[in-house]
Amino acid sequence: MDQDEMLDVKGKTCPEPLVETRKKLNKMESGKVLKIVGDHGPSKKEIADVMKDLGHEIMDVQEEGVNWTILIRKK
Amino acid sequence: MAKKMTIIMFSDDMDKTYAALILANGAAAAGMEVTMFFTFWGLNLLKKGGLGKLKLSKMNMLGLGRSMVKKRMQKQNVASLEKLLADAKELGAKLIACEMTMGVFGITKEDLIPEVDDLAGVGAYIADAKDASINLII
Repeated sequence: MDQDEMLDVKGKTCPEPLVETRKKLNKMESGKVLKIVGDHGPSKKEIADVMKDLGHEIMDVQEEGVNWTILIRKK
Repeated sequence: MAKKMTIIMFSDDMDKTYAALILANGAAAAGMEVTMFFTFWGLNLLKKGGLGKLKLSKMNMLGLGRSMVKKRMQKQNVASLEKLLADAKELGAKLIACEMTMGVFGITKEDLIPEVDDLAGVGAYIADAKDASINLII
């Protein structure tokens, strides 16, 4: 799946991955896809839960070791 | 209508300020309307350069404890207070300075950072807090 925008929050800890994701989505157009890569464990679930609650579509969540990737389509 | 959160920023302790700003960022990122009402010692956080002068509420040890905590936070890549405040603002948090306590401490609008949205009193705070689902004092 191709993304339109990319956000790297590797090395960042709470609350930055979540905050940076929201800031990035705010600047994107509806229907565009954001790919987020990170390694802060709890943020993986938080980002998916919070953005789903805000109405965005969680298209994919992948995990490899400590690294994770989330694909979100902006509502 | 978006859900609301209010935080009364009463303290100027570094640790409590971190906790409050992280909460504000979490709520704002989750789509809540956040109001931060700065009063008493909390006004120091809004002074120009104020965030750089904070002490720990415990184990400050004449600044030694603070330096240790700051170093460890940098090592863990925790965002600075300045960045957390800027992020909260970008996500729509409102910063309100208590006009009455500004008068008590002789603080003028010119002493405060330009990010402050309003100078107001208890009425403005209550207007936000009465519809809010989370109201904290820190």
